[in-house]
Amino acid sequence: MSILVYTESWEGKFRKSSFEAASYANEISQDLNTDLFAISFGLVAEEELSKLGEYGVSKVFSFPNINKSDNYNTTNFIAEYAKDAKAIIFSNTFTAKMIAPRLSSKLKAGLMSNVTTKILDTNNFKFKRQAFSSKALETVSTNTEKAIITISPNAFEIKNNNISCEIITIEDKLESQFNVIGSETNSGKISLSEAEVVISAGRGLKGPENWGMIEELADLLNAATACSKPVSDIGWRPHSEHVGQTGKAVAPNLYVAIGISGAIQHLAGVNSSKVMVAINTDAEAPFFKAADYGVVGDAFDVVPKLIEEIKKINN
Amino acid sequence: MNILVCISSVPDTTSKINFTENNTKFDANGIQFVINPYDEFGLTKGVMLKEKNNAKLTAIIVGEANVEPVIRKVLAIGADNAVRINMHPSDSYSTACAIANYIKDNPFDLIIAGKESSDYNGGAVPGMIADMLNIPFLNACNGLTVNGNEVELTREIDGGIEKISASLPIIIGGQKGLVEESELRIPNMRGIMTARSKPLEVLECNSAPLNHSISFDKPESKGECKMISSDNIEQLVSLLHTEAKVI
Repeated sequence: MSILVYTESWEGKFRKSSFEAASYANEISQDLNTDLFAISFGLVAEEELSKLGEYGVSKVFSFPNINKSDNYNTTNFIAEYAKDAKAIIFSNTFTAKMIAPRLSSKLKAGLMSNVTTKILDTNNFKFKRQAFSSKALETVSTNTEKAIITISPNAFEIKNNNISCEIITIEDKLESQFNVIGSETNSGKISLSEAEVVISAGRGLKGPENWGMIEELADLLNAATACSKPVSDIGWRPHSEHVGQTGKAVAPNLYVAIGISGAIQHLAGVNSSKVMVAINTDAEAPFFKAADYGVVGDAFDVVPKLIEEIKKINN
Repeated sequence: MNILVCISSVPDTTSKINFTENNTKFDANGIQFVINPYDEFGLTKGVMLKEKNNAKLTAIIVGEANVEPVIRKVLAIGADNAVRINMHPSDSYSTACAIANYIKDNPFDLIIAGKESSDYNGGAVPGMIADMLNIPFLNACNGLTVNGNEVELTREIDGGIEKISASLPIIIGGQKGLVEESELRIPNMRGIMTARSKPLEVLECNSAPLNHSISFDKPESKGECKMISSDNIEQLVSLLHTEAKVI
């Protein structure tokens, strides 16, 4: 018996979320007393693949010639290599979320998505998962022989469990159901979904020309920048930065909301953040009910002060 | 060209979420139900393709009679006809089975679902349908152009977008970008009147779920917000550094 974890790389390096998924899978494999194997699509060097051993993976199946977007073929390979697996575990990337449901249908294995706990009952697969855009937790179970699990982003820590990892390379080349013409990366230096700190701003900034201080603050904290829905709708910032119910859901360690009132739809996308700071001129802004720390004040006064103070502790 | 849009009826995004029957059921009391926001982008794209490419646009929903106001709104926005599969959508798998069974008997060139529903957030139905029908699938699509039998798509990936070309048939999970927020359509009086006479077929299905929902709880409410004076940002930084340990 085994647990199989799906890992994902970008330009040959594993995403941080792959190590989160591997660490989580390692705990599940210890609970169920099984081996932990991994699967990887796209070209990843051996040195990088062997890093999975740091998180308890004893064997990785690497498919360098299979494009990870090609969810038809990746699903088929995972199904083939999961014959012995009790559970197949995915992080919460866009590509993983494409494969997991396909695999669930193919294997007739219950899909547990956005999972926030370990297995609550080892006699069946019972978990808690996020639902209603983080406004509730749902306890679900499945009686299927295997379970497919996608974990909630940033819900589990990366934990080391150093063992040696055997690398098995499978050179198969298969025709894809579609062609990838190209890709573009967002302008921000740090990916919003993986950032540990997110600096987000809203209409309180008064115009796109005032985002310089937001970017400066983000740079200091190694943070990603984000924005509210009105700001992306007016075109002050790109859609890719919009967080909230119809934009991206984020769950960083620290979310700083500057000039964002905190509409329920915005909070739904950010309230899984571990710590939230609200800065707003309006003392009645709903964000102060959700935040851990609040400052009633003007962004143009508070943000420069914040930058100065952070520079002091950084030194 | 035949297009199918998959619609989910969800609580309005401003709703306060509560549970009933000992926290085992969603409390629909006083809740306004709307078209799932992600489906609305796909529906509008479908209406635009219908107008431009002379396509036929069908909408499908899985649910009991209480979802009919939402599907009537879909007809008022511009779908030509609608299908309701009369069953409670108890999990993604049984919902996907119900839709896939319909498509097996009534093939479509392009199937548009939302990337997820804003209630259960499973994001699984279109991918499961893709497997059941063995057709190509892309999720989180934020751009789509159709040229005859070919489509060009963009999909969101972590930290960027990917551009893809494919042939029909295909199923996609859509989101903002398929159309812009400003392009979303509000039903007009003529649309509402004609929707009343458009065909709404009700079919039965009894597909079995894989998952069982046991109970719900709400995340622990946070403590009081600590207010800090705008003249004392040093204290805020110190709290974030030493108390919260996040910077």
